[in-house]
Amino acid sequence: MRKKKAIEDVQVRAFGKKTDLFFNIIIGLFAITCILPLFFVVVISLTDENTLSQYGYQLWPKKWSFAGYEYLATMGGELMRSLWISVIVTVFGTIINATFTSTYAYAISRKSFKYRKFFTIFCLITMLFSPGMVANYIVVTNLLNLKDTLWALILPMAVSPFNIIVMRTFFKRQVSESIIESARIDGASELRIFLQIVIPLAVPGIATISLFAALGYWNDWFNALLYISDDKLVPLQYLLMKIQANIEMLTQNSGAGAQYAGGLAAIPKEATRMAMVVIATLPIAATYPFFQKYFVRGLTIGGVKE
Amino acid sequence: MKDVTPKSGLENSVGRKKRSKFRQKFSNNGPFIIFALPGAIWMVFFFYIPVFANVVAFKDFKFSPDGFLASLAQSKWVGFQNFKFLFSSNAAWLITKNTLLYNLGFITLNLIIAVFFAIVMSELRHKKLVKTYQTSMLLPYFLSWVIIAYFVMAFLNPEKGLLNSMLHTDINWYAEPKYWPFFLLMLGTWKGIGYNSILYFATVMGIDPTYYEAAMVDGAGKWQQIKNITIPQLLPLMTLMTILAVGNIFRADFGLFYTVPQNSGALYNVTSVLDTYIYNGLTATGDIGMSSAASLYQSVVGCILLVSTNMLVRRVDSDSALF
Repeated sequence: MRKKKAIEDVQVRAFGKKTDLFFNIIIGLFAITCILPLFFVVVISLTDENTLSQYGYQLWPKKWSFAGYEYLATMGGELMRSLWISVIVTVFGTIINATFTSTYAYAISRKSFKYRKFFTIFCLITMLFSPGMVANYIVVTNLLNLKDTLWALILPMAVSPFNIIVMRTFFKRQVSESIIESARIDGASELRIFLQIVIPLAVPGIATISLFAALGYWNDWFNALLYISDDKLVPLQYLLMKIQANIEMLTQNSGAGAQYAGGLAAIPKEATRMAMVVIATLPIAATYPFFQKYFVRGLTIGGVKE
Repeated sequence: MKDVTPKSGLENSVGRKKRSKFRQKFSNNGPFIIFALPGAIWMVFFFYIPVFANVVAFKDFKFSPDGFLASLAQSKWVGFQNFKFLFSSNAAWLITKNTLLYNLGFITLNLIIAVFFAIVMSELRHKKLVKTYQTSMLLPYFLSWVIIAYFVMAFLNPEKGLLNSMLHTDINWYAEPKYWPFFLLMLGTWKGIGYNSILYFATVMGIDPTYYEAAMVDGAGKWQQIKNITIPQLLPLMTLMTILAVGNIFRADFGLFYTVPQNSGALYNVTSVLDTYIYNGLTATGDIGMSSAASLYQSVVGCILLVSTNMLVRRVDSDSALF
């Protein structure tokens, strides 16, 4: 029965064969422009350095080489440190963000919470007005004294008011008051109700906000640009940004240059730089197709109001 | 004495009742307050105090090593002087114009292309191919502007870039302002189109297929179906998305305008927007007064726009309004 209906749908909603081919080409070409740049960067990272300086970046180079990645391996320390900073910030940031966002959202979703109006408005106001870059900068550096600490990378994105409102709606829809009531009559504490009843019911929503948070932290370079001047705390994205401005940074502050077989002149700077771009992109490019449905669902889990 | 004792006893019991009432109130609401507390504290430090810190726009601000309050107290009030400087410079007009025009461009392009893609993809015959297209189109959306700046450099680098070698030219792209409005509009749209078109696609797929069946029975062609069924059904979402975008029209995408042109000075005329101007004032030129004036200007106008567009949304579709 179901199958038959699906087939009918396809027939109803479809172009004729020639139009279909035409639009497939248009959409297909656009889709290729979305992937091609990444492919191109991968190719550059695998190109021989002399070929690069002679012919420039090519989609299919005359000579391939792994020298970029080999040099990255000898460089080790600095790159690993940045990678490590990015991983730590992403992991802790995501945990903090998902926890605080969902506990706040849960509190204001419960009808029995007397001050839920106050806390809802307290959160909504933050979405109306933006304090602005300068004011945030002054508070973070001068009041909280977070400059050159990992907290400066984590805290500015630790709570998302918009996600709080989305999650509030999600909790209201997904967790019925009667389940909670029966748990309370059985003597469960609020914390226990939250951990053992509410969270399991809200897994899809929490997964979505966690993924958005993780993506935000991994991709963040802006907070590093503002608050980090200590080389030891530079996350990967910001390191890439600094190296783009000045490719010589690759060889500065790292003893590896001298140890590298060919000496300073032979360092495959261009390929190495692109290899770093590949490493920063890989975790996302390799995983997002599997998480895609959660991201897309993020659009629909909270029609903001109920 | 006899009179006093029962009285005090009564008072005592009232006090006890009050206290136990308080305890009960706390045991009812306390856990929720604790749940909400971390988020509320965050909002105090990352929203409410910074909003107050905007007074620096009316001060000749200097950082004091003794902390925030000392910095505020020691900076002199200058009234509207920072704003006077800002609006008497050419920069204020330029950055406002750039921010508005680019955002208008993004809103228009996004709307037209995303709706076009969504409708076309809903009518394609091979649903598996559609999935593949959508997944590919989402990739730029998930990457940071830093990474995309590298992508752009691979094409535009004057000596090694693909574009110069393909066109057999020798153009220093990063010093030629005339090309950049096009590049920036293209890139900003390209990065977001996957996400936006999926949003519209979901709505198109949700349209009741019987409409189309009825239209076909009546002999309507594909184009007529799209014009008379699909687009009218998409209209509420299109309106909503546009109004929401207009509410943010004073806010530029810092990453696009700062990292992609590599903060090149030769391009400032076409790449300067409110956010990059504020950032450069804050860090490079160290002109905090002017920068904070620009920042407050952006926030206030942005807030007015957001509130008024939200009122519009409420009229169109009250469920989608933010507040």
